[in-house]
Parts: sequence; structure tokens; C-alpha cells
Amino acid sequence: MTTDSLQTALFDTHVSLGGRMVPFGGWDMPVQYPEGILAEVKAVRTATGVFDVSHMGRLYLSGPKATEFLDWVLTGSASTLRVGRARYCMICNEKGGVIDDTIFYRLSEDRYLLIPNAGNRPAVVAWFQRWIDEKFSPGCIMEDVTTSTGLLAFQGPGTPDAMDKLADKPVSEIRPFSWTERAIQGAPVLVGRTGYTGEDGFEMMIQGNDVVKVWTALTDSGAVPCGLGARDVLRLEAALPLHGHEINEETTPIEAGLDRFVRSEGRYLGSDVLQRQQENGVERKLVGFTLPGRSAPRAGYSLLHQGEIIGIVTSGSYSPTLDTSIGMGYVLERHAEPGTPLDLDIRGRTAQVTLTELPFYSRPRRS
Amino acid sequence: MSPEDRKYTQEHEWIKVEDVATKTAVAGITDFAQDQLGDIVYFELPKVGENVTHLVKMGEVESVKAVSDLFSPITGEVSEINEKLLDHPELVNQDPFGEGWLIKVTMNDVAEAEGLMSAQDYDAYTAGL
Repeated sequence: MTTDSLQTALFDTHVSLGGRMVPFGGWDMPVQYPEGILAEVKAVRTATGVFDVSHMGRLYLSGPKATEFLDWVLTGSASTLRVGRARYCMICNEKGGVIDDTIFYRLSEDRYLLIPNAGNRPAVVAWFQRWIDEKFSPGCIMEDVTTSTGLLAFQGPGTPDAMDKLADKPVSEIRPFSWTERAIQGAPVLVGRTGYTGEDGFEMMIQGNDVVKVWTALTDSGAVPCGLGARDVLRLEAALPLHGHEINEETTPIEAGLDRFVRSEGRYLGSDVLQRQQENGVERKLVGFTLPGRSAPRAGYSLLHQGEIIGIVTSGSYSPTLDTSIGMGYVLERHAEPGTPLDLDIRGRTAQVTLTELPFYSRPRRS
Repeated sequence: MSPEDRKYTQEHEWIKVEDVATKTAVAGITDFAQDQLGDIVYFELPKVGENVTHLVKMGEVESVKAVSDLFSPITGEVSEINEKLLDHPELVNQDPFGEGWLIKVTMNDVAEAEGLMSAQDYDAYTAGL
């Protein structure tokens, strides 16, 4: 581990649990605990798991122009988001390239909480400040509370019942992409019904000195501690994009199949390019594919059609939930139809893959 | 503590001489290696009859997170591979020095194995990593 990495409030807890710490996005984070990634994935798919995601950023945007500002820098609308709700969308540059993807919560009429990725927080903060200074000041203030707070993701089909038992008041009544305020063990928590695993679940922002207390309450309830490795497998099974892989400053949300998170009307950063692509289509598209067996596609591998390279893998893994190997990548639009057979170059060995509908995994609907 | 009845390489493979007369040995990866890899999901092993060379790549191991090369601890001809690993690669996580062996080899020269690291040296080596 590197000495210049940041540590979350749970660093000592992770080490004492046997977590293998690795540098990630400027932080020292557990990639897995002793039971291993497969066991952690299984816990989230069948019961409950808890992730320390305090490395992700937490920014408050407030003031009379905060809504107008977010409408300018986000592909999703802030003005149509009701207080009490949350929304997923992108932060794009003028060319429609993705600086980051984010979830933002409307806390009150003029106050929002926005969550950037760990490694992108400096870029997002700089980008936001530039536009606040240029167009929205005075009237919009940004406050970065990442290091004074913590963020936990509590994920899995058992989480609604567990949350109702742990919190001072029921939580399971809130709908997906809504948030509320509760207390766990006396610690105030901002709870949103959101996540990055494809399962039902909750994400909780907690003041820094209370994070360990809430983590312990969750693990005492039976939640399995889960690391970055399991998080990556889970998000890939659910076909959720990861910045730096499926999306980056050189790709647009339209190419990544994220049209539904992009406003087709109104002017905002990137809207010229994005709305033109919505109208006219794109040359390459993000696709998902499966290949039999357990040898996984990895980022950077080539996808071929009749010997010609027509695409590149962005993420891949063995999927324990589906017991097959899965991957996502970009291919030329004319080869992007589900059902298309393509060849994958696995370090010189060729394997046939089949394009498939995304997501690979959808959680069973429960009554 | 790694078992003392075998020898080790810096690439975290072990070799155990089973019969000096017939020059047969069995090889695998160490407990340290499987722990570093995490959940193993796939092995690409050499075929029976193939020649392998000391410290030259002989195959690949994939864990959930990464692909790593496998290096042969010894020079010789592969006489058997552990077929169980095709369906149960996790055997190497569970029992790397026993049920999770990778290949059996007919060695060119038994002395090559004798020259590798002892268990004590290997453990000292991994403690410093």
C-alpha cells in the first residue's frame, strides 16, 4: 500500500478483518476479505453484504442557483427532481465525453448531495468550480465533505428487513432512488435506496466519527463485509458501467447505451453532441457478450469479425451468479446486434463469443 | 509453514520428487500463491507429453481478478495433469500442496529439483515480499 493514499474511517477495521488493502482512486481500500470474492458476491445476491464506499466523493451544492447550475453540468435534470428523490446521470464535457457518472440527491429546494467516483473527485470539483465561477456565482456554493463523512453500501435481498430492524424507524417504505433520514445506534444517517450491485439495497452517508459504529451494527446483523473485487463482479453482472472502462472522456453516454440518462431537450454541457447522436445514431456501441466456461475476457482484448478487429473489451469476468464468463466492450455499430457471434482474442487463443442483451443479471422481482 | 518434503521457486511453484529411480515428480503452486491470487476460476495447463522447461511459462491461472502465468519448476515431460482442476479449480485454493497439484513430470535431471529453494528459504523469501 502506498503512503500517500487516503484512508477511510474504517481502515483499521478492514485490516483487522483480514481485508487485503490496495490503492484505488487515491485511497487504500479492501479488494477482498479472507472468505474471497466469490463468497462475497454470493452474500450480496442471496442475503446481505456491506461495502465501505467512503472513497467515493460527497459534494454539497447549495444556493438559489444550485438547480440551474446542475441543469447545466449534468445530463440529467435537477429542476424536475423532487426533494426526497435521487437520480443517476453523467457529467460530460462540451464534446459529450464522460468526465464522471454520478448519483445526486435533492435534499431541499436549494441543496443537493452529489456523489462522484473516488478517482474523479478532483476533476469533478475543478470542473464544477470552473463553471460556478464562470456562470453561477454568486448563488451556488460547492462544499466537499468527503473526508469528514463516510459512505456505506448495504446491498442484498435481505437489506430491507435488516434496515427496518436496525433503524429507529422503518426504512423499507422508501422507494428506489429515494432517500430519508434515520438513526442507527443513535448515529444520524442519510439513507438512499440506491446501489451499484444490481440488488435491492441502501447507501448511507454518515458523519465520520459514527461510521465504524454503523458498520459494526450492519456486520453484527449478519452482513458480510465485501470489497472492491466483489463490487466489480456484481456491477458487471448487472451491466453497470465503470468510469475508466465503459465510459471515459473519449466516449459518450449514447455510445455507452445510457440514452435514458441524457436529456433530449434543453441546453447543457455536451448537449449539442449528445442530442445529435440521439437523432443520428453512433458509429460504435457498448455491447455485452458471454462465452462458455470460466476463462474471462479482460479489458483491452480484441473482438473480431471474420478476422478483422471490430471492437475492444472494456471489462470482463467470470460470473459466479450465472456460471459463465461475461464481458462488455465497444464494437462497430453494424456488429452490435444481440445474437451476433464474434471472435475474442484471449492472449493469442481465439474463443467464440455471442452478443447478448444487457444486463446479464436482473434480480428476481419480489412481491 | 510450507511443507519440507519438496522444493520451491521464486515464481511460487513447488516440486516434489516422488521417485528418484523413474525421475517422477509432482508440481503445483504454493499456499502463498493461491492466497495472493484469490478465488481461482480457470487453469490453462500444458498437455500430457508436452515438454516443460525450468522457469519457462507452462500455462496460465485465472482468478476472478487477474490472469497470471504459470512457470514450470522443472525441465521434463508432462506425464499427467490434474484433470479435477478443469471443473474444480478451487481445489488449489483449498489444498495447494495436496489435492490441488497441477502436473506430474518425468524429469530430465533430478539434480535440477535438488537445487531449488528449501521450504525454510522459501518462507523467508515470501516473508520479505
